Amino acid sequence: MAQTDHAEHDTSSLSDRLTALAAWPVHLVFRLLEWPFAALQRLVGIRRMPWLFLAPNLVFFGLFVVIPLFINFAFSLTGGTQLFLSDRPFVGTEQYGFLLDCETFGDPVTCREDRFWKGIYNTATFIFFQVSFMVLFSLITALILNREIRGRGFFRAVFFFPVLLSPVVVALIWKWILLRDGILNAFLVSIGLDKILFFVSPEWSMFWAIFVSIWAHMGFYTLILLAGLQAIPPDLYEAAEMDGTRPERVFWRITLPLLWPNLLVVVVLALIKGVQIFDEVFVLTGGGPGTATQFIVQYIYNTGFTDQVQNFGLAAAASVVLGVVLFFLTMAQLAATRRRDDG
Amino acid sequence: MQLKGLLSTSALALAFTAQAALAETELRMMWYNDGIEGEVMQGLLDRFEEANPDIKVTLDVVPYKAIIESLPIQLAAGEGPDIARVTDLGGLSDFYMDLTPHLADTDYWRASFGPFLSWLAPDSDAIPGFMTQLSVTGPYVNKTLFEQAGVELPGEGATWDDYATAVNAVAEALDIPIPMAWDRSGHRVSGPAISMGAQMFDPAGEPALVDDGLKAMAQRLYDWHQDGTMSKELWGSVSGSTYLGANEDFANAQVVMYMSGSWQIPQFAEQIGDGFDWWAVPAPCGPAACSGMPGGAALVAIKDTEHPEEVGKLMDWLAQEEQLAEFYGKTLFIPGHLGLAESGVEFDTDDPRAQHALATFSAAVPGISPVAFDLQGYANNRVMFNALISRLNEAIVGELTLDQAYERMSDDVTKQLAEKSR
Repeated sequence: MAQTDHAEHDTSSLSDRLTALAAWPVHLVFRLLEWPFAALQRLVGIRRMPWLFLAPNLVFFGLFVVIPLFINFAFSLTGGTQLFLSDRPFVGTEQYGFLLDCETFGDPVTCREDRFWKGIYNTATFIFFQVSFMVLFSLITALILNREIRGRGFFRAVFFFPVLLSPVVVALIWKWILLRDGILNAFLVSIGLDKILFFVSPEWSMFWAIFVSIWAHMGFYTLILLAGLQAIPPDLYEAAEMDGTRPERVFWRITLPLLWPNLLVVVVLALIKGVQIFDEVFVLTGGGPGTATQFIVQYIYNTGFTDQVQNFGLAAAASVVLGVVLFFLTMAQLAATRRRDDG
Repeated sequence: MQLKGLLSTSALALAFTAQAALAETELRMMWYNDGIEGEVMQGLLDRFEEANPDIKVTLDVVPYKAIIESLPIQLAAGEGPDIARVTDLGGLSDFYMDLTPHLADTDYWRASFGPFLSWLAPDSDAIPGFMTQLSVTGPYVNKTLFEQAGVELPGEGATWDDYATAVNAVAEALDIPIPMAWDRSGHRVSGPAISMGAQMFDPAGEPALVDDGLKAMAQRLYDWHQDGTMSKELWGSVSGSTYLGANEDFANAQVVMYMSGSWQIPQFAEQIGDGFDWWAVPAPCGPAACSGMPGGAALVAIKDTEHPEEVGKLMDWLAQEEQLAEFYGKTLFIPGHLGLAESGVEFDTDDPRAQHALATFSAAVPGISPVAFDLQGYANNRVMFNALISRLNEAIVGELTLDQAYERMSDDVTKQLAEKSR
């Protein structure tokens, strides 16, 4: 017994020594930094210290987000095709005027920039269906994965896996499936049906753009909802079971109200992602047929980069409009998160 | 053994250092490939470097999309390569360097590349580069399918309507999914539109895209998409001015007739070979002409280069008849060098189909309408091509009527040119 204690003591002291050895460089760094940071704290005061720690991140944020934002806004007030702001003529709000020049806002054909409005309507259609079905399917999947089912871990991984794939890879995989000679058409032919040219039909193209987007991102939202479901105290369900409450009533009266803050976050996040949709659909359908799946970001890309006359001013103005929409959605998301944290 | 290894390594390191020290100037050439021309150019560059050890040339092979979309922005930012292979010949002319002071014999350049120099420098008599290939648009047919279907191939002087009838007969007889396919490109549509009488410019020389000639061709293309002569899958499946080719469908014998151009020859010779008789046919006729569109790619010097003298030296060497004869011969490109076009290039192929196609496209050059040459030489021609293809496509898929599409085409051209002139 004494021998065992001795051996345990030896093992533990060896482990402590190894830990101390590994931590030694860290301690050294801290000790070296202690003096300058203490001096800095005396200089700026303890209340300003957090800003000092945030400074590197803020510098990058400023360089790559805030400054480009202002540059973009400045571009939106200029015209011409010159690349450098200093060479571009100032045109005031003319580019915004071009974007908003419509006889009837409900009919893009009557607008000066018909493709901008087509992009807005397509994006609105896309996010309406994509967000609705995304939330619905994510919720159903989370509810199922929250139950004690066989292979739960496996299925959680399966649903999350597409989130790890690059959007371009996702789009290419589905493009190969959906092409005239793709797997899906081969299957249709094998069961005696005719091939469907999915990318020629506006309705099918929009359907697949929505479907593929849901397939690719659902895992992420499922995970958020799953975390929310697991945070609901189990004793509420036990009490409901003892009272003999029907499962539907449990869902509507316990699960949904307690999951509501998470659902709100999911809805707002999905909305923001939906408004920004570009890469997957661009690779999958190219925005076609015609302009049936051309969304607002693709309009900006085409206007600014693919036309021979690269209209940076108009593209920048459209970006500002998109930025305003995203700003309000982000505010909504922050409000929802705060409400969840407070609640 | 260890000592030997160490010595070898040191010798190698020394050799690399010496080479790096010798190669004082590095030039970058931005390049895209249609076929094997990158390999051929690399062979030429290796020879140039051997003869000029103080100049190293790096061939940056990029996708064609990068030449169209990224290169203009790089050039505008002054960050472009020293030399680039471009197809927007006049559109980028503001960024080209005039090689004149660096050339040994400017008369040779003017005599060899004369008519094409105005495509590269529409507003001056500068010499910015030379054509790596002259291209002519025109159709290919799958002659084997015609023979199998027992349908006679339309002959000299046949119209687009004659071909539409014939290819439908072949497709119907053999159950071929796509009777006719065209590259999704405004450039490809322009030749046939000019054959129908399109003038493209008004009497003052300003762009005037929509007229009765263009409408006649646009109406046909619209109708062919509705009646199944052309598949909506190619033009209808993307948006805007995105280019799509039907070369793979043609190579897989899914298409009876394919409207593209001479640059497909090397690719078809390699991909199809003797799989079937892929046959270039003369441009079908309209009431005004039997014209394709000229075009091609050029190798141009970029004005922001820090090594103008070395760029001039390289361009001058590459443009000599010996180098270009080898380049055109191996790549199966129609020569953009007048001397070689006249004397003939010994093409590196024994494929009778490729030889026939080269002869057909070369013979088509004299028949190209002057309007087509003017359009090709117009610096903003891509504005017109893009407006044409994108709006016509929106009509084909039912988003616009043809009349609305014509109105939008004209508006697009006017708006973009107005923006450019600010």
